[in-house]
This record gives sequence, structure tokens and C-alpha cells, in this order.
Amino acid sequence: MIIFDKVTKKLGGKMVLNEVSFEVPKGETFVIVGLSGAGKSVTLKHMVQLLLPDSGTIRIGEDLISAARGKKLERIRRRFGVLFQGAALLQWLSVFENVALPLREHTKMTEAEIEKTVREKLRLLNMEEAMEKFPSDLSGGMQKRVGLARAIVMDPEIILYDEPTSGLDPVTSRLIDQLIENLRKELGITSVVVTHDLHSALAIGTHIMMIDGGKIVENARPQEFIKSTNETVQRFLESQYITRRGAWEKGMEKHV
Amino acid sequence: MIAPFREVFRYFDLPIRSFRRLGRIILLSCHDAGNALIMLASATLYIRTLWRPRARRETAMQLYVTGIKSLGVITVVAFFTGMILALQTGLELRRFGQEVNIGTAVTVVMIREMGPFMTGLIIAASVGSAIAAQIGTMAVSEEISALEVMSINPNRFLVMPRLVALAVMMPILTVYTNILGILGGGIVGSTQLGVAFPAYFDNAVRYAENKDLYVGLFKAVVFGIMIATVSCYQGLTTSEGAVGVGRSTRSTVIISFLLILTVGYMITRLFYI
Repeated sequence: MIIFDKVTKKLGGKMVLNEVSFEVPKGETFVIVGLSGAGKSVTLKHMVQLLLPDSGTIRIGEDLISAARGKKLERIRRRFGVLFQGAALLQWLSVFENVALPLREHTKMTEAEIEKTVREKLRLLNMEEAMEKFPSDLSGGMQKRVGLARAIVMDPEIILYDEPTSGLDPVTSRLIDQLIENLRKELGITSVVVTHDLHSALAIGTHIMMIDGGKIVENARPQEFIKSTNETVQRFLESQYITRRGAWEKGMEKHV
Repeated sequence: MIAPFREVFRYFDLPIRSFRRLGRIILLSCHDAGNALIMLASATLYIRTLWRPRARRETAMQLYVTGIKSLGVITVVAFFTGMILALQTGLELRRFGQEVNIGTAVTVVMIREMGPFMTGLIIAASVGSAIAAQIGTMAVSEEISALEVMSINPNRFLVMPRLVALAVMMPILTVYTNILGILGGGIVGSTQLGVAFPAYFDNAVRYAENKDLYVGLFKAVVFGIMIATVSCYQGLTTSEGAVGVGRSTRSTVIISFLLILTVGYMITRLFYI
């Protein structure tokens, strides 16, 4: 579905991605983990051409997004929904208008149809009651849920999540994890999640890839990831109190 | 590029680093100017989408912000500009017994130069800086990236309505500035210099030409386009959080002021010499 082939990117003279190659299979939840500054968000931004690689190619199915321009790029981007780290809601539009924006821009839906669709998506995230509010009236967690409603409103094939649970309370974090899981199971949506939160990664991921110093140090299914012998991975797991023989192994059964 | 000249710099003991820095600044400025013009061209092409409901609403909002919200400060500045002009020229002309001609002096200076110039400075400082700050904040909080991944072109969504609003509102506000300036001059003439209102206005109308008005309004449109281009470009290229937003706002005001001065001079030179 998403194929990175020897992608290299330097930012401010620093090598952020160094000949990175991997594949995100269709209908899977692919989680990218790593320390701050490891290149996770940069990887995600390359998938929708918010950044261009210095060398290498990125394919979305048959489409070469790393070389796409103009209308072709717009067409490829419409296959995506993106939840940004800070939700990135337009501050002068209400919650309803924010979620309705892609529908108004790219469809010929009537106002009644738009309202029905927006309500439906906001209901999924328990945000229907905040429809008339403005982003500045919402907490960070609520803004993120609205951002997610906007990301899924066009029923995209692929959803990218940049730190979807950072700064959220545990209950809201699990709600978002559950939603990502449901989107995969029920609609077969491909998800790419960038996170620091290994608990969340192990709960929702069907593949987990760790990046460190611009290189992939591990790319495996969750049950294999926690057994990785790579030192960087082990340190990362231990830093979040996850051990090879921990309770997580029991939770891994769904992926086997 | 500088390598072949290194020996020459050393021979004359010239500061090579300063020249290198200057060269870099010139190259970056050319790069920014080119990109800003591309953005302007793209936004101009999107004017064809102005009929869309959302674009119409956004443009109306920008017209309101540019026009109505700036009226207060423009009123005060325009009035006092006309009063100062009348007083200064009147005091000089009085020495020759020609104070009756302040009408001509104030009117010609206002509609040719001071009207578009003062309006441009006020709009650059109030509206231009606000645009740069708003779009800059959007850029650092990833709202511009969000628009891009939703396949919503920021040049159409953000730049075009602001460009239209400033290009339309600048000449209207300039006319308003001119009227108030001339009125202010008339009040000073009648109260301080003993020039009656009818004589002042008769003099004002007699010597001002249509060309003065057209050139002044042409300047206003050009200034409006320049302010929109500079402020939107500075906003869209903002990085590095709150510090970056401050930098973009300051750059918008400085660049706009310099452009208003230099382009204003060039237009005057083009039409009057």
C-alpha cells in the first residue's frame, strides 16, 4: 500500500532519514515508534508530500507520490486522512465547519447531507454536542477528537496519526485506540500511527517499526517486537516498563 | 562563487565574510521575491473561484476587516495629515501673501502622494501585520499543512480573499483619506489662516487634475496588492513557533513600508517626468 524505497532526507544539515525502506501493507495498522527527533513525524510527512525526499521514492499503491504535482498530487492526497499532533483545526471555524470543510470543498453534497455526515462522524467520537463550539472553547483532547472526525469524514483509504494520544487522559487515549482498531477491523482502513506510547502501539499495531538515528532498527509484528534482541528496542521497551515476559504477551494473542 | 576573488579581497584587505553574508542575503531575497510572485500569480488565477459561497464569505469578511475596522485610525491620521499640510504650507505661503493657494497645495499633495501613502502605511501596519500573524500562527500550528493534505490550496483558500479585499479596499480608503485630508486642510485654512471655506475649495478643485486622482488610485491598488503579497508570503513561510510569528509580523511591516516608499516614487517618476 505505502512503499518507501531507500528514502533519504537531510534537514538543517542533519541526516533524518538514511536510506529508509519499508512497506505498509493494506488494511494494517502500522505503528512507527522512536525517541524524539528520530525521524518518525518526518517519515509520516513524506507519505503525503508535506516533505520531499532528497533521494529515494515513495509509492501509495501504484501512485508515485514523491514525484506527483498539481492535480495528481491532490488526487493522491484525497486518499488520506491526517490527524495532526495538535489537531490543526482552523481556529475561526466552528467544530461543525471544520469537519464539514473537506466535504464542502470536494463533494457536491447538499447542506442536509453534509450535516448528516458530520453529525455521524462527531457521534463516533462523542463530540456531537460540541458541534457549534469553536476550537478555542475545547480542551486538547476534544480538539484531537474533532481533528480525527475531520480526518475520517471523507472515508479515506489511509489515515495517518501523528501522536494521536499524546497529552490525552488515559480514558480518551483508549477511546482513540479503540476507534483506530475499529476502523481497521470494520472498514479495512490502513493506518499509520506515529507515537511514543508503546502501550498504545502494542494494543493497536499489527506492525511496529522503530526508527533511531534515521535508520530502521526493528520492523516486526508486536509479539516479535517485544522479543527483539536489538539493544535500542530493549531500552525503549524497558523505559516504558514493558518486559519480554510481561502481561503484554497475553494481549498479543489477537495478532497471532 | 567567491573563490576566484579571494586573492583580490585579501590584497585590498576587504572583509570577505561580510561580502559573503551580503551575497547570501541578496540571493535569499531574490529567492523569496520569486516565490512571493509565484504565490501572487497563483492567487490571482484563483480569483475565478470568487463566486463560490465560502470564498465570497471569506472575501466579505476580509473587506470588513480591511475597510470598516481600519476606518477609525484612518480618519484621525487623514484629518491631521491634511491639517498639518495646510498649516505648514499656509505659514510659508502667507509670507508671500499667497495663503489662499493652500487649497491647491493640500489637494494635489493629498491625492497624488499623501492619500495613498498614508493609507498604505496604516493598512500595512494594521491589516498586513494582522494577516502575517494569523497565517503565521496557522503555519506553526500545522493548519496550513492540514489544508494541503485536504487538497485545499492555501493560495485559493487564504491568499486570494485577502488579495481581493486589499486591492479593492485600498483605493476606496484612499479616496476617504483624501476627502478627510482636504477637509482637515479647509478647517485649518478657515480657522488659522483666514482662508474662507469657499475660496479654499474653489482653489482646491481648480488646479487638481483628473490624472492626479487616477495616478493616486493606481498607486493605492498597487500598494494593496503589495501589502497582501508580502503579508501572506511572510505568514505562509513562518517557522519556529511564536518567535517566528513575531519575526514574520515585523518583516511584513518593514518590507511593506520600504516597498510603499520605493514603488510610490517609481510610479510618480513614471507618470510625471
